[in-house]
Amino acid sequence: MRVSLFITCINDSLFPDTGRAVVRVLERLGHQVEFPLAQTCCGQMHHNSGYHDDAVGLVRRFVDTFQDAEAIVIPSTSCTAMVRGQYPYLAKHVAKDEGLLRAVEVMAPRVFEFSEFLTQKLGLSDVGAYYPHRVTYHSSCNSLRSLHLGDGPLTLLRHVSGIDLVELPNNRECCGFGGTFAVKNAETSTAMLTDKMRHILSTGAEICTAGDNSCLMHIGGGLSRQRTGVRTVHLAQILASTAEEPWA
Amino acid sequence: MSASFPTRAADGLRNTQQRRNLAKATNTIRGKTAKVTAELPDWEALREAGKAIKREAHARLDHYLLQLEEMVIKAGGHVHWAADAAEARSIIVRLTKDAGTDQVIKIKSMTTDEIELNPALEEAGIRPYETDLADMIVQMAREKPSHLLVPAIHKNRVEIRDLFRAEMGEHGTGLSDRPPDLTRAARAYLRQKFMETKVAISGANFAVAETGTVGVVESEGNGRMCLTLPQVLISIMGIEKVLPRFDDLSVFLQLLPRAATGERMNPYNSLWTGVHAGDGPREFHLVLLDNGRSKILADEVARETLHCIRCSRCLNVCPVYERAGGHAYDSMYQGPIGAIVTPQLRGLEEAGSLPYASSLCGACHEVCPVKINIPQILVHLRGRVVREGHAGKGEALAMGVAARMFGNQGALDWSLWAGRLGQKLLMRDGALPWLPPPLSGWTLSRDFPALPAESFRDWWQKREEK
Repeated sequence: MRVSLFITCINDSLFPDTGRAVVRVLERLGHQVEFPLAQTCCGQMHHNSGYHDDAVGLVRRFVDTFQDAEAIVIPSTSCTAMVRGQYPYLAKHVAKDEGLLRAVEVMAPRVFEFSEFLTQKLGLSDVGAYYPHRVTYHSSCNSLRSLHLGDGPLTLLRHVSGIDLVELPNNRECCGFGGTFAVKNAETSTAMLTDKMRHILSTGAEICTAGDNSCLMHIGGGLSRQRTGVRTVHLAQILASTAEEPWA
Repeated sequence: MSASFPTRAADGLRNTQQRRNLAKATNTIRGKTAKVTAELPDWEALREAGKAIKREAHARLDHYLLQLEEMVIKAGGHVHWAADAAEARSIIVRLTKDAGTDQVIKIKSMTTDEIELNPALEEAGIRPYETDLADMIVQMAREKPSHLLVPAIHKNRVEIRDLFRAEMGEHGTGLSDRPPDLTRAARAYLRQKFMETKVAISGANFAVAETGTVGVVESEGNGRMCLTLPQVLISIMGIEKVLPRFDDLSVFLQLLPRAATGERMNPYNSLWTGVHAGDGPREFHLVLLDNGRSKILADEVARETLHCIRCSRCLNVCPVYERAGGHAYDSMYQGPIGAIVTPQLRGLEEAGSLPYASSLCGACHEVCPVKINIPQILVHLRGRVVREGHAGKGEALAMGVAARMFGNQGALDWSLWAGRLGQKLLMRDGALPWLPPPLSGWTLSRDFPALPAESFRDWWQKREEK
């Protein structure tokens, strides 16, 4: 299948390893990856902060860039939720543009979060990965409550050989990121993060993974500040790792 | 303008007693409500039905309200229309004075808090007595409620014992802090008020247009006392609470207790229709309050706000509420529902920080018994904050710059190059432990990752060239 990768602005600039891992997994499974260079950002930051006119501009850019793609894969749960869940709102209530609304609705069924593409579109649970580490999985809010991915990402992790997967207590609760919430309400966000880190540390895992680098940037930033010796790694990087070519 | 949410939340976060009480109480109630909602095979269908009934009632609100008025009058009651809080207050003060009394008993009512009725009564020389246990505690402590349903959730039993000793006269003398003793004292104190007071003031959970029936559900029995013993009953209700048919109660009397307190049925369900000779109050007045509700109804996205049945389940699942506490919302409506109701009632200029008091985690929407899409309405209201010019100038500028950066690939490349150069000054061990304002909130407790030398795009383009 020809897969168009929407890398997301955060992965492009701060976490390029996640993008390289996605490419490696998809190519290993025999798919052809395309990366349209006109892409930038899905508009989530502007949208969630209330800058809806700016967000509409980015919706149009996304549609122009991806509307002819066979499948659009996004290694981020929140950006996928933005494209599928919030573009219709912006097209209908902010742009008030029927044509744009139709375009985003027609495109939506071809937009997949990375793990969702593997489990639901391709029907896979084992992608041939090897990762000999103790890992706990943070279900992001968007994975649970916007995309309803359920146990999909965990199924992929359970089939990774060598992995020591431990359940994260209270794993339905938000880590406290919430985009600009982490800055505007830094103290409340910190209180939420502290509890999340407490649960992560209680598992004895050396790595916390998730399907979204924005949660992981937040959790990892706290773990690093506290010198916990626990780090964060995107799910794609675990799935990219093999016995022959381990991913650091 | 009152203090913003982040400032008030900081106080709540530092209140260790409240943090512990809230974590414990919300955890317990989350478990209870999850259990009794999961045991109903048709819970999802009930939620859909609740939502559909509210939609129908609000789509023809004018019709149902006039029908309600007609039926209440036919059953011997009186109906008063209040466009805003001031009008509602003056109606209730006048009715109380007409009854020739200087004290009233009250059933827990968020609507009377919303219109700030108690100060208005006191100013008119009328002493209001709250009869719900927790509301009484909050009133005695001269505080504000911190939870829709459990207003004194922030207090522990020692604090309550001290309060009763100071405020309850003979009933508080030598009181212990054992919950049964505290309850017994409150009961003896309240019984006296029930017997000697001529006027009661209540809110209403529902009113049925078809029959003119008004309903209040509660757990303590104080409501039943207030609704049946006094000579005059005054009930105030937001106009959005009207239900078309008596049968609709079958949906809400299931949804409300299970979502609110985790009970299968409320201990006391009181329904009354007008007045009856020789039984109950001799006079019944229903005050119908708008106070901004028709403006909310006019907003196509936000109108779902009015579906709320005040169960408080969204507070109990909210990670922000659990930590910041109810007082951070500076309103009788707290938590996620408060974050969308209050700004719409008071205006975004006054309460513009509330739509941002959420990480948009969606836990509230997931459990709401009438399926209010609170995260969507929060984002919608944020859009109005920005459009109406209440956002900070610095933030607006930064967002404008970011929009231009993302609007053009060249500008994005240039920004990344500048960022890599700039971060050299701040970088330690591969991360940024300090960022300047407004990003300093992030580095309060978190390192920020440094920009790697090569973006994904750079890597991809190099790979394609090979």
